[in-house]
Amino acid sequence: MAKVLIPTPLRQYVDKKDTVEAAGATVGEVLGALTTQYPDLRKNLYTDEGKLRSFVNVYVNDEDIRYMSKDATAVAAGDTVTIVPSIAGGL
Amino acid sequence: MTPVETAAGLSLSKEEILRYSRHLIMPEVGMDGQLKLKAAKVLLIGTGGLGAPLGMYLAAAGIGKIGIVDFDVVDYTNLQRQVIHGTSDVGRKKLDSAADTMKEINPYVEIAKYEVALTSENAMEILKDYDIVVDGTDNFPTRYLVNDACILLGKINVYGSIFRFEGQATVFGHPGGPCYRCLYPEPPPPGLVPSCAEGGVLGILPGVIGLIQATETVKLILGAGEPLVGRLMLYDALNMKFRELKLRKNPDCPICGDHRTIHKLIDYHQFCGVPQHEPEPEPGVTANEIDVTALKARMDQGKVALVDVREPHEYQICRIPGSILIPLGDVPKRMNELNTADEIIVHCKSGIRSAKACDLLRQSGFKRVLNVKGGILAWSDKIDPSVPKY
Repeated sequence: MAKVLIPTPLRQYVDKKDTVEAAGATVGEVLGALTTQYPDLRKNLYTDEGKLRSFVNVYVNDEDIRYMSKDATAVAAGDTVTIVPSIAGGL
Repeated sequence: MTPVETAAGLSLSKEEILRYSRHLIMPEVGMDGQLKLKAAKVLLIGTGGLGAPLGMYLAAAGIGKIGIVDFDVVDYTNLQRQVIHGTSDVGRKKLDSAADTMKEINPYVEIAKYEVALTSENAMEILKDYDIVVDGTDNFPTRYLVNDACILLGKINVYGSIFRFEGQATVFGHPGGPCYRCLYPEPPPPGLVPSCAEGGVLGILPGVIGLIQATETVKLILGAGEPLVGRLMLYDALNMKFRELKLRKNPDCPICGDHRTIHKLIDYHQFCGVPQHEPEPEPGVTANEIDVTALKARMDQGKVALVDVREPHEYQICRIPGSILIPLGDVPKRMNELNTADEIIVHCKSGIRSAKACDLLRQSGFKRVLNVKGGILAWSDKIDPSVPKY
């Protein structure tokens, strides 16, 4: 199981949890398991075409999956998958 | 490398030496460093939550020239976090209030005020005279505008953003380092990510993130330490955790990559899919709306099915008597509590969420659904002033 860290704006779709455990050998599998468990999360992470939205970054430990193997990036048991969405607040 | 080219010709007066003595006795700053700070020109975009601690500490630190960009007026809801403004400043221009506070902290700082909204037309002209730009705005179009203008001008952009209990900070536009578009190639579609005004923010949070930005600004000027370049700092106040993620320069970035496709500023409102100005509400009401005066008359006549679609914590602040609370997110699963044959009147804070709820109800077969124009804010204005506004 990988630990998935959920950012504040998305916690409303995962029963207000900040961390969720999900199984999978790749990022795609982990997020697939996560969005099966929490279907409302899906449209906030993926486009209608099934692509990860470009204002949502996903990291395995501290590495951005865009610079690894994207959805196919390997996830080992105990790894932390972090979802980081764009936020603009400042005032 | 420091963005400040030269401090030659500058010196400190006796009064300044006393003022900056705790800097001067540290070898990492010393006289050379303090003169670099004095030679530096820093532009703050926004004097709100992030801009408040930035303006105060950067002034105290002895930055030679600080530009501030803002066109807003201080209101009561700002005071929970924008510590550069005080209660007696409510109603004043933020620029004047901020400049007065900064001048009071340090009269040796030159302050340049820009009472404008930063746009593609004025950004290059305003930014060009500064060494470092510090982004403390609250919206995606300005974030992309500041980034692109900084990259096109070769300026460093010290970035911070906040939401509820979480903050992000990093330094963009450092030679060889990534930019905002490398981190987030595209903005979220409008409405998907709430702003602080919609989602709230812990008042202390911008203090923490703003001071990370201030720290990076001072370090960059001094050329001291390891700048927050290529690293995204995440701060979670609730769990009191700082985390750091790797942030890489995207070789295909349209503005800082190897094959630049953006050569001048674009229309950032269009890029982010948001209108430049919120459309003015139409006078009068549409067939799907009811105003608060008519609602009050209806309630005086008898029972009305009034649904409040705000969140429970908002319902605790204030409510319209007789309303039932069904938060917008719960409407799909709780609409069976309502009778499709009844006329359903729906309200929220200002009328936006209730309009969405009305659409949901109509799609589900409710025939008579009315949205309360202006929400509970209008109710407070026109019907019952004892209802607090928030």
